[in-house]
Amino acid sequence: MPEFPGFFAGYIEVSSRQALSLCYVALMIKDDHEVPLLAVKGVAKQFGNVRALKGVDLSIAPGEVHVILGQNGAGKSTLIKVLAGVYTPDEGEILWNGQPVTIADPVAALQLGIATMYQELDVVDGLTIAENIFLGHEIASGGVLNRRKANKLTRDLLARLGHGDLSPNREVGSLSPANKQIVSMARALSRDIRLIIMDEPSAVLDSEEVKNLFRVVRELTSSGIAVIYISHRLEEIRQIGERISVIKDGRSTAGGLAVSETPTSQLIKLMTGREIENVFPPATPVALDAPEVLRVENLSVRGIFEGVEFSVRAGEIVGLAGLVGSGRSEILETVYGALKASTGSVSVLGDRLRNGSVHDAVHHGVGLSPEERKSQGLLLDEPIFKNVTLSSFARFARVGLLNERAERAAAREQIEVLELRPGDPDRAAGALSGGNQQKILLARWLVHGTKVLLLDEPTRGVDVGARSEIYALIRRLSAAGTAIVIVSSEIEEVLGLADRVLVIGEGRVLASVPATELDEHSVLDLIMEGSAA
Amino acid sequence: MSEQTVPSAEPISPAAASASGEPAERGSWLSRFLGGGAGRNLGLVIALLVLFVIGALTAGDRFTNVDNILSILRLASIVGVMSIGMTFVIIGGGIDLSVGSVAGLGSIVATLATVQTLADSTSWLVMVVIAIAVGVIVGFINGVVISYGNVVAFMATLAMLVAARGFAEIVGNRGTLIVRSQEFIEFFRANLLGIPVLIWIFIIVAALGWFLLNRTTFGRRTVAIGGNREAARLAGIPVKRHTVYLYALSGLTAGIAAVMFLGRTNVGTSTHGTLYELDAIAAVVVGGTLLIGGRGTIVGTVLGVLIFTTLTNLFTQNNLNTSVQAVVKGAIIVLAVMLQQRFAARNKRR
Repeated sequence: MPEFPGFFAGYIEVSSRQALSLCYVALMIKDDHEVPLLAVKGVAKQFGNVRALKGVDLSIAPGEVHVILGQNGAGKSTLIKVLAGVYTPDEGEILWNGQPVTIADPVAALQLGIATMYQELDVVDGLTIAENIFLGHEIASGGVLNRRKANKLTRDLLARLGHGDLSPNREVGSLSPANKQIVSMARALSRDIRLIIMDEPSAVLDSEEVKNLFRVVRELTSSGIAVIYISHRLEEIRQIGERISVIKDGRSTAGGLAVSETPTSQLIKLMTGREIENVFPPATPVALDAPEVLRVENLSVRGIFEGVEFSVRAGEIVGLAGLVGSGRSEILETVYGALKASTGSVSVLGDRLRNGSVHDAVHHGVGLSPEERKSQGLLLDEPIFKNVTLSSFARFARVGLLNERAERAAAREQIEVLELRPGDPDRAAGALSGGNQQKILLARWLVHGTKVLLLDEPTRGVDVGARSEIYALIRRLSAAGTAIVIVSSEIEEVLGLADRVLVIGEGRVLASVPATELDEHSVLDLIMEGSAA
Repeated sequence: MSEQTVPSAEPISPAAASASGEPAERGSWLSRFLGGGAGRNLGLVIALLVLFVIGALTAGDRFTNVDNILSILRLASIVGVMSIGMTFVIIGGGIDLSVGSVAGLGSIVATLATVQTLADSTSWLVMVVIAIAVGVIVGFINGVVISYGNVVAFMATLAMLVAARGFAEIVGNRGTLIVRSQEFIEFFRANLLGIPVLIWIFIIVAALGWFLLNRTTFGRRTVAIGGNREAARLAGIPVKRHTVYLYALSGLTAGIAAVMFLGRTNVGTSTHGTLYELDAIAAVVVGGTLLIGGRGTIVGTVLGVLIFTTLTNLFTQNNLNTSVQAVVKGAIIVLAVMLQQRFAARNKRR
């Protein structure tokens, strides 16, 4: 119960703002009458001469789902790490239940009751579910592990999260990303946690798994646990979030907006500082006489997908829609030669590609932007220009001698065209944001000169502003005659970009339909029908 | 994003790209220097200078005279040549434990009676070619087993370490074979500009290694594969084939080392090069090459080799026993790797 002056002040505050919407007032009451679980005031953090956070405010109420929005590089990750005790802020204060606290290290954060689920899930693959959950606070007497009790508690926790079917003895390495996330959450719950920070939890999930995640999140909040939810997917935020705070360039631009009251255009403006009207740029129709560039016939990989057939013409964008695990990424990888096909063939402009040879595919002008940018796409310690020319440095070379001057110049040209930031070709690729790393991969194939571009999740972990730039780029590439195949777990993205959509279910092509004849529901219907058949 | 040129789907011709002007490089000269490979090697240069100062203070003229300096370099030359090949393998994300015994095997095969008879009737260079060929063949086998047999490099080359030594014992009948060719012996006994041939070989191999790593597509592929194998593969680099080349290259330098053993001792024996693989790996790692691959320099490796051999010489000059030497060497390896980790961490945070 607040003290009298505080209460009084709160009352005045409320009455002075009665002109505002009822909802807003309700939030003010929530803010002022209940002590927020967590309050962050004017937090700043500097690394060397880079100011990552310049003044962030945040107020989290118990039991709410609070969304933090911001472009890549806005400072979200730094803020999370400050709350998780990884970094100590240079300025500002953090109040926990109204008391000023310093979070010196990750253990201190856990002791306060703050758990963090990072994007790269911090579970140990070689240990069992139970061992992971009690890692660091093992249940033991006199140094001897009490396996039975740990397993029982684990079973209870998993049941609470709606996953009673998972065995505590199962090795975590054998779990899907969705289930690893459940383990990560169960670990948070195994301690006395009041606040869970989730950094893009849906990035590795398909739509069915996201639904389950939301169910779990609601279960957590109903027992009074607050959730800080970070995501780039605005439609998700609408479903799960209650209030939104926005960060731009290390500063809070809005705090505690009600999700239901705030239009998307306003959110984008708060995040990017500019208006983005059309996320998806308009399509140019494929010319009727456009030649067929890519032809895939009866392609199969035993046990994953079979009998896949499609062709892509110059300037056409074909989207593969399907659930995670439907085989859509594997189809791309097989077309590219990264997986060996058990039957079938892939040809580019009539030339049949050698089965299982990426080298041959690249030689014929096929390029892939892989799903896992960091682990499959980039040399993180190497400069931007070497990443851009990774597929083509041999072409710049004469009798095996590198020509770094020409490579740098080519990279610089791409940096300009793609608005890649920072624009220094000698900067290490690992220091760039997700959107800019994606641009490096596109630049790689632009420099190499591809006829067929395969894009696997081109906007995963890319913020809204950079997304529309990447969409525009893909469109421009296609307008210039590149045949493009795109895979995305966001059906909206496939529909917005593709001319034609192949619906994939259980390793088969269920339908091939012009994108204009589909909407999100009809795609899901097609998938369901196909799975039932 | 308003008025921009459509990115062309045509390949950018290298000529056109290089024609567009190059703006001034950014960043101060000093920070670029310290951040780059040269800056990291500065620490090694300082360490080497410190060793020289200690040598001069403790052993005086015995240490600093030209003959002693040359004997340090001669001592460094054989393991140095091996280390150059090893640097490539380690930057490429692998390891080669077999180089020492490959050098032993090469020295035996090159001094077999039949080979020497052939050399007598033609040229002593036959022995050189045979020794190097043995190295390349064994390295090639290593590479194929690792790349296409999917055997972990550590185990494949450990197996070769044992097998090559055994094979050398069989072929050489556990004996010592003497080099008959006087021309061969003369060549390696000679000096050029006052510097022994063995040291020249080290200098040439190191220079070629530097060029290969920094200025050729071969070097770029090596760094890419060591830095991110999957990304390199998906970018169209023939990763498996290149890995075979890397081990063949390491075999090549081990073969050259075999020739150098023959030149220095005038005998071929299966015990040549025993434990040299560990000295070579230690020199490469102390020289700043990451054991996980993707980063390393030839200059660092050369400095690493010089540090170890100078240290050995320093101990001998001061009549300290080899056991103390071994302990100090171990400490230096740990210290160097710890410093490397700190540097890597600082770089990450940048």
